[in-house]
Amino acid sequence: MANLLNLLISGLATGAIYALVAIGFTLLWQTSQTINFAQGEFVMMPAFFILAALHAGVPFWLSIIFGVLISLLLLGLVFKKALVDPMLKHGVLPIAIATMALSIGMKESVKEFFTAEAEPFPSLIPAGNVNIFGVEVSLQSIGVLVLAIVAVTALNLLLNRTSVGHQMQAAAQNPTVARIIGVPVERMILYTFLINAGLVALASVLITPIYLAKFSSGEVLGLAAFIAAIVGGFNQVRGAIVGGLLLGVIDNLGAAYISTQYRGAIPLFLLIVVILFRPQGLLGRAEERTV
Amino acid sequence: MTGPRATTRTLWPWLIGLAGLVVLLVLPLGLARYGLYILSMWAVMTIAAIGLNLTLGYAGQVSLAQGAFVGIGAYAGAIATTNGLPFIAGLALAIVLCFVVGWLLGYPALRVQHHYLAFITLAFSTLAFLVFRNEEWLTKGIYGITDVPRPRIFGLSTDGPLAFYYFCLASLGLVSLATWWLIRSPWGRAFVALRENPVRALSLGVDTRRYTLIAFALGSVLGGIAGALYAPLVEFVDPTPFTLTLSFNLLMMVIVGGSGFFFGPFLGALISVLLPEWLRFAHGYYLMLYAIFVMALLAWSPTGILGIVQKLIADRRTRRASATRAAATATFTAEKSS
Repeated sequence: MANLLNLLISGLATGAIYALVAIGFTLLWQTSQTINFAQGEFVMMPAFFILAALHAGVPFWLSIIFGVLISLLLLGLVFKKALVDPMLKHGVLPIAIATMALSIGMKESVKEFFTAEAEPFPSLIPAGNVNIFGVEVSLQSIGVLVLAIVAVTALNLLLNRTSVGHQMQAAAQNPTVARIIGVPVERMILYTFLINAGLVALASVLITPIYLAKFSSGEVLGLAAFIAAIVGGFNQVRGAIVGGLLLGVIDNLGAAYISTQYRGAIPLFLLIVVILFRPQGLLGRAEERTV
Repeated sequence: MTGPRATTRTLWPWLIGLAGLVVLLVLPLGLARYGLYILSMWAVMTIAAIGLNLTLGYAGQVSLAQGAFVGIGAYAGAIATTNGLPFIAGLALAIVLCFVVGWLLGYPALRVQHHYLAFITLAFSTLAFLVFRNEEWLTKGIYGITDVPRPRIFGLSTDGPLAFYYFCLASLGLVSLATWWLIRSPWGRAFVALRENPVRALSLGVDTRRYTLIAFALGSVLGGIAGALYAPLVEFVDPTPFTLTLSFNLLMMVIVGGSGFFFGPFLGALISVLLPEWLRFAHGYYLMLYAIFVMALLAWSPTGILGIVQKLIADRRTRRASATRAAATATFTAEKSS
């Protein structure tokens, strides 16, 4: 029982990180029909920005701020202006393929300019366990969970309680009408790209201490975020949250009780079943479909 | 999306094709072992890309699973031949297996389209990798299957690199001819109809259900054939080459060359397989340059390199036509005023 609770909490913690990444993924899709196959690499990169600053002798806190700023600039602004904007008119597939190329480019640059080895990464949250109802739970998991909840709540408040948030939603739901009623759609789209960059930077800071910083670590994460987004509902922020948490828990429980070798397969089966029987995702709205 | 046309009335494609064939036949004579290996790899990857081009370029079904089919083919071939069966049996096994699995994978395509289909095939690809890695009784897991023998064709051994290269080239030739015939057959027409306007195709009596499945199965079969050739080429099969990256790479080959163009996969595979070797001096930077190249190309021309060529040719024709028309109008007005 204690073991189960432990697995649940660490699963929720990983799931919360998946959810952060998945939320960014769905935001990009909603506002600009961008399927970002480099989303996993987007999580891998900020860790290396921060490590680069750390190696230069900058203190940890300052390095994090530096890493987040660089992420906002490169993974938000430059990504949108240089890659997505010129390709938007060509449709969904060319952007998707360009992001595949981008993911290769990012992995190779880290490997070439930084290191091919796994690098340790300092943690924001102190190590150790806390005792909850007689069960030892790692502080790391609790901290990750709390920070992720704070981030998601803040995002939700932004989207639902502020004027900018309402404008962003309008821009996502119906850009034409939004434009007519005076919403600066272009700027709203840029905001979602910046939010995505912020979310992946946060995810990076939270997950890298657990899994180490490595050029290839984005592959697993990207796939997980991907599955979380689709399972939860491709066009809903809360879908991505539910999908992420569900995936984290299932992944952990599956590895413990079913098969460690095939732990990676369980989310994939979940994905296939959901797409076949409920393509809009567990919480998603149905989109108009071709054929 | 305006569909690229496979039929061009000029002789140029044929001349370029013929010149390419001569190069492919003569060039290897002066190449060392490694050069031949790379050229053979090009032929193998081209076959896989031709298959994907059939599914994606002609029938319009996005697939991120072609790498998995190359893997299935490679394992089928390797397992059969290391257990004493002839190459042809391994090839047949690869073809049948890929046809059946490809057909089954086509079923989701009947329900979902575009990006959802991409996700399903992506999931399948990852699952296939897990099976390659974990089912040790069959695939020997991460240790891989060693000493995959090279085939004897009509009593001739293909053990030497040059002989095996010609074998790969001949296979590529056969596959190309078969595909050339296929896309001109009613099946090929039906594929294009499926891509351009599925609803209209259905209303005209094209059994879109069946053709979607066939497009998937045939594309997968070509992936399987490529795999069955890959195994004896490398003489070693382990799971690492068949990750999602291979599927991404094959997709990029098709798109970079020009999806829906017959020669697209040849060109795409050329850039993806041969160029890194020629750009050795760039070393690790090569993949970065390649990534940047792909992104820039897609921003400029989503129909790939052949799309650019086609556009140039079309522009020239338009200019020539309008020049002729202008000349004709000039004569006409001159005659009228005199």
